Amino acid sequence: MWFLATLAVVAIATPVLNQLVPASSVFHLSAFGITLIGKYMCYGMLALALDLIWGYCGILSLGHAAFFALGGYAMGMYLMREIGPRGVYGNPILPDFMVFLNYKSLPWFWHGFNHFGVALLMMVLVPALLALVFGWFAFRSRVTGVYFSIITQALTYALMLAFFRNDMGFGGNNGFTDFKDILGFDLHSDRTRVVLLMVTAAALAGSYAACRAIVRSRAGRVVLAIRDAESRTRFLGYPVESFKLWLFVFSGIVAGIAGALYVPQVGIINPSEFSPINSIEAVVWVAVGGRGTLYGAIVGAVLVNYAKTYLTGAFPDAWLYALGALFVLVTLFLPHGIAGFVLRWKKHTARSVAAAASAVSAEPVKK
Amino acid sequence: MKIRDKKLQLENLTVSFDGFKALNNLTLHVDPGELLCIIGPNGAGKTTMMDVITGKTRPDSGRVSFGSAIDLLRLSEPQIVSAGIGRKFQKPTVFEQLTVFENLELALAGTRSFLKTMRARIMPKQLDRIYEVLDIIGLTQQRDAFGRVLAHGQKQWLEIGMLLMQNPELLLVDEPVAGMTPHEIERTAELLLSLAGEHSVVVVEHDMAFVRSIARRVTVLHEGSVIAEGDMDKVQNDPRVIEVYLGV
Repeated sequence: MWFLATLAVVAIATPVLNQLVPASSVFHLSAFGITLIGKYMCYGMLALALDLIWGYCGILSLGHAAFFALGGYAMGMYLMREIGPRGVYGNPILPDFMVFLNYKSLPWFWHGFNHFGVALLMMVLVPALLALVFGWFAFRSRVTGVYFSIITQALTYALMLAFFRNDMGFGGNNGFTDFKDILGFDLHSDRTRVVLLMVTAAALAGSYAACRAIVRSRAGRVVLAIRDAESRTRFLGYPVESFKLWLFVFSGIVAGIAGALYVPQVGIINPSEFSPINSIEAVVWVAVGGRGTLYGAIVGAVLVNYAKTYLTGAFPDAWLYALGALFVLVTLFLPHGIAGFVLRWKKHTARSVAAAASAVSAEPVKK
Repeated sequence: MKIRDKKLQLENLTVSFDGFKALNNLTLHVDPGELLCIIGPNGAGKTTMMDVITGKTRPDSGRVSFGSAIDLLRLSEPQIVSAGIGRKFQKPTVFEQLTVFENLELALAGTRSFLKTMRARIMPKQLDRIYEVLDIIGLTQQRDAFGRVLAHGQKQWLEIGMLLMQNPELLLVDEPVAGMTPHEIERTAELLLSLAGEHSVVVVEHDMAFVRSIARRVTVLHEGSVIAEGDMDKVQNDPRVIEVYLGV
């Protein structure tokens, strides 16, 4: 609950600091700051999606950025169509890159993306479908553990190579950029940015609440049971594969929505979003925040990305070393991440409070 | 006796792994409500037999029928569970990160699909059943303790409790007293005896004193086949049994 409250405070405070506080004040939040916070929230959703399957069900996906990127591409296709005749080449139907690559007509899968509703549907459907097909084959063949991780890594790598190709129809290595507006609202205006941030905050809150509902239900306890003793769960009669598949598909959808919200805020999507390192970074966020706690994953995503923003600015070459060192240190000293540390600290203080209380209550007896 | 009167009937089962015959033309039966003990030296095929009954291993040949009409070899593992066969493993595997109560909740007979368990609530009747089972296995006090903090014996009882939640007609219990203290063994014997009658119980065990204390009928396996059957005294005096197993 306190997590949703914090999120609500951020979602209300940022527009106020940006819109109502004058630009001269030290408390003014720049457009850059708004975008940054929005971006962190998208990463938070990706971390949440990953934590749901890794932290709770023990399925380590090293390719979760693929779902994020697919959702992003679906949004990008809509934004490209929305540009219309305002592109460099002024073609009312074909996006600039297609004119440049000598496309004569729109590829079949681009039809309908001028409607926001269709795009919205695809942002959910495409990641869901990939998760369903991939998960169905993987779980049915009982691929688990490190083998599963490796094929998810291969999946996102294969998608990256495919999206790099110009004749895929997704703009090759340049991807999509130069977006103008979304639903008629100028993407470069602070007002639109603020609304996008609030929508992202709402989406993050919604996915957090949905994940919480799952992990707190009996289904959530079955999922924990699968993580701890898979064959035992099967012997209790639970269809383990189907539980994993549902969870994986749901997780893919959350990651897809996160990617869709990410693209209009950062203004670009290209195949490097599929790069394996992105998925691995997401795993580090969850590990740092504390897997198996929903808020931990989000906190981890925000903190690690804040560090990344700072370090890539201050010491551009040091970031990857810092990330590696962070992962090693967390694994060694905080095996349950920040959330685990907080929990231990809470227990510790609770115990010392209880000890103090019993010491006080014991005194009169002594007398 | 006709097949119809048996709870479980194994006929001419053969299972081989790379030429090694783990089960060799095995035939045995379990009567309704009886407590059958199966003993035999290591490698006699006891665990393989359990694996075949629960659908984990498919036999090369033979038949396994449950009750009057069910052919177990045609069912999948979860289907066999819902047909009414519960198995307790050699190593106690309870869910360590869940409480005793939650362990029993998951074992509750009934809904198993993801979407239904999302909305599942414990009905008053089911709650009564959970408390009843907590009482039977003697873990009422540990209701909210996590599985990981239980003592070895308590884990075994919890696992038996989880089997009871599914209300199985047939309980397969693999080495229930391995590693238990004498007091725990005594409690386990009482527990298993109290379950027979309402359920058919098959116990696989090494501990002779324990088998003697609970068994009415004993079946001795050796190299994948039955070599002796009967009450404990008869079995213990059987020359073949003495030779392969008790001959110490």
